Order: sequence, then structure tokens, then C-alpha cells
Amino acid sequence: MKKRILIRFKKNTIDKPIVYRLAKDYDLIFNILRAHVYPKAESIMVLEIEGEEENFERGMEYLKSKNLQIEPIEQDITRDENKCVHCGICTSVCATEALFIDRMKKMRVGFDYEKCVACELCVKVCPVKAMNVYFD
Amino acid sequence: MKSIDEINEKIKSGKVVVVTAEEMVELVKEKGVKMASEIVDVVTTGTFGPMCSTGMFINLGHSSPRIKIGGGKCFLNEVPAYTGLAAVDIYIGATALPEEDPRNSVYPGSFKYGGGHVIEDFVAGKNIKLLAYAYGTDCYPRRKIETYINRENVNEAYLYNPRNCYQNYNVAVNLSSRILYTYMGILKPNLQNANYCSAGQLSPLLKDPNFRTIGIGTRIFLGGGIGFVAWQGTQHNPNVPRTESGIPRMPAGTLAVIGDAKKMNPRYLRGASFVGYGATIFVGVGVPIPVLDEEVAYYASRGDDELLAQVVDYGNDYPENVKRSLCEVTYAQLKSGTIKVNGKEVPCYPISSYSMAVEIAETLKEWIKSGLFYLTNPVESLPKAGSNLKICALEDGRIDPM
Ligand code: SF4
Ligand code: SF4
Repeated sequence: MKKRILIRFKKNTIDKPIVYRLAKDYDLIFNILRAHVYPKAESIMVLEIEGEEENFERGMEYLKSKNLQIEPIEQDITRDENKCVHCGICTSVCATEALFIDRMKKMRVGFDYEKCVACELCVKVCPVKAMNVYFD
Repeated sequence: MKSIDEINEKIKSGKVVVVTAEEMVELVKEKGVKMASEIVDVVTTGTFGPMCSTGMFINLGHSSPRIKIGGGKCFLNEVPAYTGLAAVDIYIGATALPEEDPRNSVYPGSFKYGGGHVIEDFVAGKNIKLLAYAYGTDCYPRRKIETYINRENVNEAYLYNPRNCYQNYNVAVNLSSRILYTYMGILKPNLQNANYCSAGQLSPLLKDPNFRTIGIGTRIFLGGGIGFVAWQGTQHNPNVPRTESGIPRMPAGTLAVIGDAKKMNPRYLRGASFVGYGATIFVGVGVPIPVLDEEVAYYASRGDDELLAQVVDYGNDYPENVKRSLCEVTYAQLKSGTIKVNGKEVPCYPISSYSMAVEIAETLKEWIKSGLFYLTNPVESLPKAGSNLKICALEDGRIDPM
């Protein structure tokens, strides 16, 4: 199975080894989709994790034992390419720049799924309902 | 010097040279205005943005027994249509909302389905639920009708948009400390974003700023079909500050346009919901500019770096109708992604689709090149700068001296 999780942490409570142990000790393949480290505020990291369900559960227990706050990203955000009119309105609310203006492509709006943290703000503002949320 | 008739001859013989306004900017940079004006016959423009003053007339045809919906009530997919016309003529406006829509009572409202969506669905050929009530007369006895209409089973259906295609527009920012939900999108507090809404160097009226070629009767691309300029749009105001070369630095001219909705394409008419604001519609408009002489070529080739817009506060100034500009920026700066306002770097985002504007200008270019679209001589000019036009304010509490 493949899952995405969001980890919230205070600076310095996470370091790479903690995350790397997921691979070593729990046999999980992970991919850091996003890491936002803010010196003064809470930081976030989005991981995509692949492996056995059981290992996943154990891996999560391990992260929690390190006092990290884990939130599964159960929603999946997709864009309906037939509906999108490339207006750009969503780019003003997308904090992770998953939605961005592609200045090399006539200002078309790109969607980089890997950067999406499923905050759903774009779903709320897209005037033509091109951004949709699906639940697993 | 070229005439429109000469250009039409060239279209007929397949020899016409057409470029988009974006290509014209580059061509003039390369070859100069004089040479470009000799090479190019037509410059195509395009814009695709939310345009609230959009709507569609429909003649429904008569039922048996007859019903006089005029003066009664009429709903299309629950969205109210205007009935103050003859028995079966109605008008559906883009911002109309179903009576049950909670609007902003649950703030910010989502305005899921409104008149703009009805127009999109109709143009797409979908069935639209019609519900109408009438008071009944001797000649029109019926009091209620419930049925479906679509573009095949009504008589006429044409867009008549009292105001489209604004020549230039404001850049919206928010100086207040609370988030704002506006027709210019979400404006974050304390100047965190700036939203703009114009295709800039592709925008029809910015490429013919003194209405040399665009006038009443001009044939245009409207909603993926053919339309015409019917009149100057509402709030048409050519008497605004201009650059040295005469290009409006703020919202100025507008167009009222008309066209057969049955022949339009839903790709270019898209119902829209602006969170906290309301329902509207994205409209695609493209206007051809015949390159009659060097002057026309000069204006048609002005690039984003020469086109200016005013930054306006939507926290206080816009809602209170205070006419104030915080600063002036170019469309090139806006498209770069950041502008400077009150000494602060502010990220900026578009509301209208530049890539769709490009697509419209390209489509119109292909139509002209393949002889599907001929240019028209306007039958009347639009009011120009210096004309005796003034914009009225709606003052409340006026007293009728009679
Ligand atoms: S707001 Fe919607 S239509 Fe506009 S660019 Fe974003 S996804 Fe596309
Ligand atoms: S849900 Fe939308 S706004 Fe939020 S991160 Fe994903 S793409 Fe960006």
C-alpha cells in the first residue's frame, strides 16, 4: 500500500535519521514530498510511504513515540483538466505552490501533485470546480 | 493605408496576413511599426475572464394552451429569469441565483449554481428544467408550465451582454486586517496578495485604445461563435487619464455585445462561482483589428511593459467608493509575479486566463486565414476620449423637486 502522511513538528524535534529509520527498521519506502521548516513556527513535512500495512502501522507508532504529530492525508486532490480554464485564481491560495503559474507556457496553471498537502483551499476557490477532493 | 474592403479581398483570395496581438508585439520589436503595418493585415486579440454583465435572451415558443410568462415568474434549473417582456421572451442573467441559495448567510457563500451555469449548460446542449407561473388572461389562460428546454427546441437564444471586455482593469489588494472574498478572488489581509484581471497585451480594447477600428457593428469572436459589437458597454468611460501615447491607465471603454448562443461553444462560456461573492460566467471574446495604417499598427503592438494599471484597496476604498490609486504598475510587472505596493513586495495572481486569451486570438486568426470570418466596417463609432460622457453616481436620498 501507499499512503501519504503529514508530520507536524517543532524545529529540532526531527532530524533525518528518524525518518530514515522508517526504511531501515520498518522496510518502508518513503519519499519526502514536501518539507517546510519554519524557524519560529511549527514546521511540516509530507511523506509518501509505501510498504506492508503492518510495517506502516509500526512505523507510525515509532514516529509518534518520538513526539511527532502525524496526520494521515486521506483526501486526494485532483484537477479535472477538462474543466480548468487556467485562470490562476487557485495559485493565490496554494501555500505549497503545488498550483503555480507556468510563465514559460503562456501563463498556464500547472499542478504538481507531489507538492500538494491536501489543504483543500483551491477546492473552495476554484470558480469552475476543477479542483476536487476524493477520500480513500 | 489599407481599407477593410481590401483586407476582405485578401481573406477571400487566401492571401491575408494575420497575427495575434502577442505576435504583433514581437514583430514590431523586430521590424518596426512601419514595416509591420505593411506586412500585417489583421491583428487578433482575445480575453477570457469573469464578466458579470452577461446574459441570454430566449424565446421559448408558445404552449397549448398559451401562457403569458411575461409579468409572471420563470425559473431555469431553479434560477430565476427575467420575465418583464412579451409572453414567452425571457432573459437569464449570469449572476442570478436560485431563491433557495443560502447566499452569504453561511459566510463565505459558495454560490454553486447560478445564471452563468444555466447559460453554459444551455450552450452545451443540455436539457434545462423550465418552471413558469402566470396570472392567466383571456388570451393566455394557462397559469403554470413545467417542462424542459434545450437549444434545439426554443426559437431564438442569443447572448446580449451589456458590458464585456473592459479596457483595462484595477489590481485589487487588501489593506485591511481581515480576509476579503471578492469578485477579484480572495484578498488576504495586510497586503499579502494582489489580483489582476486583464489579458494586457492581448486585451481587445487595449490594442485599439481610441476605437479607431472597433465600433458598433464590428464582427467578433463571442463565446466560441460569432458575435457583434452592439453598442458601447455600460459604464463606458473614455475620459480617463491616459499615457502620453493615449492608452488608458485605468478601466475605461467597454463593449455591449450580441451573438447567437445556439452556435456558441461551452468551452468559451463557463459558469463560475466566486466564493463569498456570487455566481458569474467566464466569457471568451476576441476582436480582430484591421491594420489600416501605421497608427493602428502602433497601438496594436504595445506590449505589457507599456500597459499600466492602478492598484486599488478593496479593504476600504473600493467598497466605500473612494476613488484612490495606491500606485501604478505595468502588466509586465504583474505577470512577473510580484509588484511593489507601499514599499512592500506583493505576490500577484491573475483572475482572467491569459492562456485562454491566447487560444481565442489563435482561433480567430485561423478563422480569418481560412476564410471563415470576414471583417466589418463599423456602422458607428464608439464614444471616444473628449466625448461628452460623464459617469453618474447613485446618490441616495435624492429629493424629487416636483
Ligand atoms: S482556479 Fe480552477 S480553473 Fe482556475 S487555474 Fe485553478 S484549477 Fe484551473
Ligand atoms: S489542496 Fe490545493 S491549495 Fe492545498 S496544497 Fe493542494 S493544490 Fe495547493
